[in-house]
Amino acid sequence: MPEPILTIKNLTKKYGENVIFQHLDLTVNEGDTIVIIGPSGTGKSTLLRCINLLTRPDEGQIWLDDMEITAKDCDEDQVRQHIGMVFQNFLLFNHLTALGNVKLGLSKVKKMSDEAATEKAMHELARVGLADRADHYPGQLSGGQQQRVGIARALAMDPRIMLFDEPTSALDPELIGEVLEVMRQLALDGMTMLVVTHEMGFAREVADRIVFMEKGYIVEEGSPDEMFNHPKFPRTREFLWKITELYGKKETDTN
Amino acid sequence: MLTWLGYFERFGQNFLRGAGVTLELTAVGLAIGFVLGLFLALARSYGPKWLQQVAGAYIAVFRGTPLLVQLFIIYYGLPEIGIAFSQNLAAYLALGLNSAAYQAEYLRGSINAIGSAQMQAGRSIGLSKWQTIFYVILPQALRLALPSWSNEPISLLKTTAIVFLIAVQDLMAEGKRAATATFDFVGVYLAVAVVYLVMVFVLDALLKFVERKTKIPGMDIETSR
Repeated sequence: MPEPILTIKNLTKKYGENVIFQHLDLTVNEGDTIVIIGPSGTGKSTLLRCINLLTRPDEGQIWLDDMEITAKDCDEDQVRQHIGMVFQNFLLFNHLTALGNVKLGLSKVKKMSDEAATEKAMHELARVGLADRADHYPGQLSGGQQQRVGIARALAMDPRIMLFDEPTSALDPELIGEVLEVMRQLALDGMTMLVVTHEMGFAREVADRIVFMEKGYIVEEGSPDEMFNHPKFPRTREFLWKITELYGKKETDTN
Repeated sequence: MLTWLGYFERFGQNFLRGAGVTLELTAVGLAIGFVLGLFLALARSYGPKWLQQVAGAYIAVFRGTPLLVQLFIIYYGLPEIGIAFSQNLAAYLALGLNSAAYQAEYLRGSINAIGSAQMQAGRSIGLSKWQTIFYVILPQALRLALPSWSNEPISLLKTTAIVFLIAVQDLMAEGKRAATATFDFVGVYLAVAVVYLVMVFVLDALLKFVERKTKIPGMDIETSR
């Protein structure tokens, strides 16, 4: 019986009168890779930012394992250690080397010794294939390499779940593959992942479930096979068809 | 015509002593200004509402009134309510408090430019707000501020010249004394100007050096989205 890691109930987020999403329910089980798709401006990124408490939802609850992280007395900094976040624009610490980026949380949050932090950070860099770039600064790395450092930085904290906010959208096409490959490997290793992306090839191949969001609602969710081949709603079919045309033509032909 | 060069021989010792005091005033004023300015900048960007307003008001007052007025209030005014400073202490205070307002503005600009994106990145790995400020935002913001902030030491060094008005024995005071002794105002002040100029050149070279040394590899102009 799979254990839910993340449980979202009745979540609502508004900015003033503007409702971003409303009464949202979502459960993520241990080891699952969930891909969220949908047109831009439908609250996918805001949902991720609510989950790691970078913004506060207006209503509803989120549980991480058995802890309600939306509770008032919950220590945000404590929660965020357990939720890895990968940003669209990488958001690396530009004044630190790749190693320094990965080490910072280990030394300052986990209070590890310098030696232990270095060892752990090097291990995470090796995991994303960048051990040989440890002493490079972000400005000396390609976009794809920067994003892999971003992934290593989040992984270093040993999170329960990893959130990816359009991790490849800011990358040149030829750099997307290396990032997706790292994510694919993570999923295979059993990491629990919640991914917002337009990469349909990735969604189809790696996702356990695909969630289609539009205008602040979850329209439909299901396995890749259900979503791609037998969607219940015409809107889902239409969106998938359109986005596949744009992004992932090659991969879908083979399935 | 070149007699003023002779003043270096005749008053060299005095000029040197005065220049020493000028440099001291600059260094102390800059240091007070930096510590207080950094506090003001952080208060304005990250403090509670009331502190933001206090910091804003401080900056408005100290940038909006002449330094000379501030100096006279501190040196001549405060003793009336029982707070008396020595001449040098009054000069340090006036220069430091005034410089703080300007330095706060330089720093605040770059703190805002590094801004909320890096804050999110820091918070996302579990750093607290103040940990993120100290380990992530400030190291970048200070570097970003450096080229424009470099105006402040230079400007402050020259501004210190007004403290001779409360009889601090700086380079300007030494110049005034030499001028009175020789009645050659043009020649003496020309010599004094040269000493200031040399100090500014050296300081400028030093600042350029620091700028080069602290540059982040791979980053030309660092901005963050």
